[in-house]
Amino acid sequence: MDLQQKLKLYYQMLLIRDFEETAEELYMAGKVWGTFHLYVGEEAVAVGACAALQPEDYITSTHRGHGHCIAKGADVKKMMAELMGKKTGYCLGLGGSMHIADLEKGNLGATGIVGSAIPIAVGAALGCKLQKNGRVVLCFFGDGAANTGAFHEAVNMAAIFKLPVVFMCENNMYAMSFSVKKAFAIADIAERAQGYGIPGVVANGNDVLEVYEITKEAVERARKGEGPTLIEAKTYRFKGHSKSDKNVYRSKEEIKEWMRRDPILLFEKHLLEEEKVDPQKLQEIKQKAEKEIEEAVAFAEASEELSIEEARRLVYAE
Amino acid sequence: MPNRIITYAEALREAMREEMRNDASVFLIGEDIGIYGGAFGVTQGLIEEFGPERVIDTPISEVAIVGAAVGASLIGMRPVAEIMFFDFMTICSDQLVNQAAKIRFMFGGKARVPIVVRSPAGSGTGAAGHHSGSLESWFAHVPGLKVVAPATPYDAKGLLKSSIRDDNPVVFVEHKLLYRTKGPVPEEEYLVPIGKAEIKREGKDVSLIAYSIMTMRSLEAAEILAKEGIEAEVVDIRSLRPLDEETILQSVKKTNRAVVIYEPPRFGGFGAEVVSLITEKAFDYLDAPVERLGGEEMPPPYNPHLERELVPQVEDIVETVKRMLE
Ligand SMILES: Cc1ncc(C[n+]2csc(CCOP(=O)(O)OP(=O)(O)O)c2C)c(N)n1
Repeated sequence: MDLQQKLKLYYQMLLIRDFEETAEELYMAGKVWGTFHLYVGEEAVAVGACAALQPEDYITSTHRGHGHCIAKGADVKKMMAELMGKKTGYCLGLGGSMHIADLEKGNLGATGIVGSAIPIAVGAALGCKLQKNGRVVLCFFGDGAANTGAFHEAVNMAAIFKLPVVFMCENNMYAMSFSVKKAFAIADIAERAQGYGIPGVVANGNDVLEVYEITKEAVERARKGEGPTLIEAKTYRFKGHSKSDKNVYRSKEEIKEWMRRDPILLFEKHLLEEEKVDPQKLQEIKQKAEKEIEEAVAFAEASEELSIEEARRLVYAE
Repeated sequence: MPNRIITYAEALREAMREEMRNDASVFLIGEDIGIYGGAFGVTQGLIEEFGPERVIDTPISEVAIVGAAVGASLIGMRPVAEIMFFDFMTICSDQLVNQAAKIRFMFGGKARVPIVVRSPAGSGTGAAGHHSGSLESWFAHVPGLKVVAPATPYDAKGLLKSSIRDDNPVVFVEHKLLYRTKGPVPEEEYLVPIGKAEIKREGKDVSLIAYSIMTMRSLEAAEILAKEGIEAEVVDIRSLRPLDEETILQSVKKTNRAVVIYEPPRFGGFGAEVVSLITEKAFDYLDAPVERLGGEEMPPPYNPHLERELVPQVEDIVETVKRMLE
């Protein structure tokens, strides 16, 4: 990967972080409501994995999906408008944070039902195979989702049909309050792959370049018709599970410990020390991201809302 | 003070605590019900008292949660399963609809499935399409399942205790917007029977027939109507199945007008059942066609204004009654 590409990844990670922090502020101000799930701390997974895709490849996303959307090239203006329930949002304000889809960019959408996008990813991969379009589907899901029945049925089906799909398990160590230590009787979720007869790989989910390399290999395998790979990216969410989380199930020390491994700081260090990037350059990239998010908020605030009549017309296709 | 004022969530917790203290076969199973205390805090503190053997945190495995409850119940346990949001009931529907509901009958009446599946339903929290569902009409359609939907803390506690003691599978519908509402709940032991509706307010001009949060909205509407000289009677169904036909019919025979109010989509919803009941058995007493106020036929939207329009609000009830009485 050349420096130009690396700087793009850095920019995307910052954009996600800024988006999330701003969304949280807007929630506090009552401009965003309901509940939402912040991706802060996990940026390297979405960004590294999506960097290994071609623009026409597909992804499926989760309830913690803002990062996936941005990494797949979504317009943060439309995302912010969606969070504020506006007509200019990706889902016209009908889906909100948990249901952003960006079909033009190959993002087949986020789901609030844990695990339910895994079979959908497999279906899209089946479609790719039938259409012989050479595209690959990258399926994001959490460690919690790996324990749903949907996961098992879908991964097995993808494996036996050798479908072009990459299963990206974002292991952030908790499904809500349930630690992976309690939720699994195995050490690594990637071990599951064996049972389906596909490769399983563990990645350091806080290292954007490692996630990129491992995903790239899996994507190539899928594109060549050799079938799916299960990648387990080990990472951590810095914030609570959702807006109602009191965070009683994990210690301050643990959170601090992971924050020392902040994927953005780690990558910054790489850029400064290995790539000898001028710190001023990184500062400029930061400012660019901040500006883009500011503009997104302004755009969303100025947008209108959908009427109930317009909403009624969307229940069925005409 | 004879009655304490506590929240709906606290009342539910008390019901579980009392039943667990009384009966060693009662246990809780669900996602994040331990140290997290449940997504809405209902099971807070129970793991401290009863330990992880009786307050069982599970992976995200709804099929296995309800299936495990069914299996344990077959050998004499009384599980209370929590499904974090009512929408997720679709995932465990096989266990609930094909197994829990049919086992007793298919096995010639020899087995019992005394499980309770509690779940938060309803819109109004801005949680959009996957976390705002009201699917109680579906489950009320299944022979073998009981379905209850309390509106007040008093009923929540009494009905949950009855549900835990019942030998049938019970779907226990909790409206999210009710969890923090408060009301009197006695210290001493009591039960609210399943299958019994209650007149929550007496009136003579019109019967407002509802359950869960719509009971509360009907009571508010009745207050407003009273100021204009209209006396609405509020019938709280409480138990969708079995349904207390008698209380509903008696009320309609007294007031001669009825509005049925419910949150699920109007079409094919539970309210249609109540309307048919009234037209079949009290038609001659009616001074006006029975009105039905149900939800929009639309998945729950995220935008708060649209979400509000999704389901009947107090002003919709008031307007409907006034139009009826014109
Ligand atoms: C089927 C289903 N069960 C439960 C939930 C409630 N819930 C939402 S997110 C979540 C935890 C998911 O954990 P994981 O898959 O690891 O993703 P993470 O939140 O850690 O990103 C739970 C239990 C849900 N949305 N869907």
